[in-house]
Amino acid sequence: MKQHFDAIVVGAGPAGCACGLTLAKAGLSTLVVERGKFAGAKNMWGGVYYGPLFHQLFPNFWEEAPVERYILHHKLSFLTADAALSAEFSSIKFGKKPYNSFSLLRAKFDRWFADKVQQAGAIVAAGLQADDLLWDGSRIVGIKAGGDELPASVVVACDGVNSLLAEKAGLRKRPLPQDMKQGVKEVIQIPRQMLEQRFNLSGDEGVAWEFIGSFTKGIPGGAFLYTNKDSLSIGIVVQLSALVKNKVEANDLLEEFKMHPEVARYLTEGELAEYSAHLIPTSGRAKMPEFFADGFLVAGDAAAFCLVTGLNLEGSNLAIASGMAAAEAVIQAKKKEDFSKKSLSSYLHFLKQSFVLKDLETFKKVPKFLENPRIYNVYPGLACDMAEKIFTNDGQPRKKIWKQLKRSMKGNVSLQQIASDLYNIKRAL
Amino acid sequence: MNPKKIEDKLAVNKFDVDQEVHIRIKEDICNQCKELDCLYACPAGCFTAVEDHITFSFEGCLECGSCRIVCEKEAIDWTLPRAGFGICYIYG
Repeated sequence: MKQHFDAIVVGAGPAGCACGLTLAKAGLSTLVVERGKFAGAKNMWGGVYYGPLFHQLFPNFWEEAPVERYILHHKLSFLTADAALSAEFSSIKFGKKPYNSFSLLRAKFDRWFADKVQQAGAIVAAGLQADDLLWDGSRIVGIKAGGDELPASVVVACDGVNSLLAEKAGLRKRPLPQDMKQGVKEVIQIPRQMLEQRFNLSGDEGVAWEFIGSFTKGIPGGAFLYTNKDSLSIGIVVQLSALVKNKVEANDLLEEFKMHPEVARYLTEGELAEYSAHLIPTSGRAKMPEFFADGFLVAGDAAAFCLVTGLNLEGSNLAIASGMAAAEAVIQAKKKEDFSKKSLSSYLHFLKQSFVLKDLETFKKVPKFLENPRIYNVYPGLACDMAEKIFTNDGQPRKKIWKQLKRSMKGNVSLQQIASDLYNIKRAL
Repeated sequence: MNPKKIEDKLAVNKFDVDQEVHIRIKEDICNQCKELDCLYACPAGCFTAVEDHITFSFEGCLECGSCRIVCEKEAIDWTLPRAGFGICYIYG
């Protein structure tokens, strides 16, 4: 007879590993299937992990996990074609254990994470794909994978942004391009010493740097640059529907961004090590599917848990927290041996207890606000223009800053529009 | 310096290319298509417009799912490569 698992977790990304680990630690028989050759082989990101959150799962994880750098410096820059206006925040607190956040590379980190899940007692089967769900009437009772039927009391779909399982379970439809951003990224290798000199870093300190500006050609989105140990993760994130509407390719925008003088000087003598792409579900609370059915839960990107705060996008941290919450719901259900939708609905309770649903609720108006094209094609230019006028001294008498501002605004944006946008910032943030 | 073209960038990636094609386009629909959204959506340049028809090569596919979502005509029969095949990120 085939082994019957308490839980089958599909996908060994951050959601699946966090879920599998929590289940295994509670003593549930757990199978984690991963379609990649190894956990992490299909994963990419541009992001940072929260130290305190991961510290809950693995005390002092930074001592052994393949993290890259702890983030001490956060930067934000507005770019026009030939100028940059930047703000930087650094805090000594961010350099203290358990560290605020880390840069890391998914393919390396997730592989380590999945090993830990295995050590905790789960079976992690890499190179195995969940092709379909197993049904008993309207109840999901396992998966079909590699030509086999694998029965389980509950299936947790952590199969990522294109979750075909959540669609097969009837919890969601094919997503729309306006609800997705496309991330395109390069890993560029730079000798460690050169990188540290360039970014003025010592030891394992790192930088997380976000950009907004003219390089996206008015398409909602931005760019990022994170320092790894001896490489940079650099990429852009742009709204998919606007890309096709404007007949623009993300790679061309990425190239434009990389050529900006403020960016290019950090990349010289670097060597491309990898080119990757991924979708990000960025419509927030409004477009999230249902998270549970009879014998079935959805977590991470598959549930479109992505927090859009305006300054950054957060998926992986929510994936971990939602994977843990899904596991808690399964553990409760196991105690009652009741895996019905009603029993698994405690997932909502655990999600509300964690920061996942609270943060999504707090920032629920942001995705709509960020559709405003002025954020991308007016304000960065206005900010750079004002800075240029303030700093320029060409021997001519200068005008009052207010007059300069009004001149820069002319034809670009009205006072009423600025007032309305400020009001919306207040509402959204 | 770094390559700029998609095909040169893909050349540094590690792929385990399957014999089996995982994405198929419905040529009768695609060859009539005027929007060509897939051309701009695909970050790997897998779709090419050649004179009066669209060609698709799956080898450089990064499995992002963009083409599936943008095609309003649902002319792209999208699945994932078989387990163990396709893109294999080393960094991610």
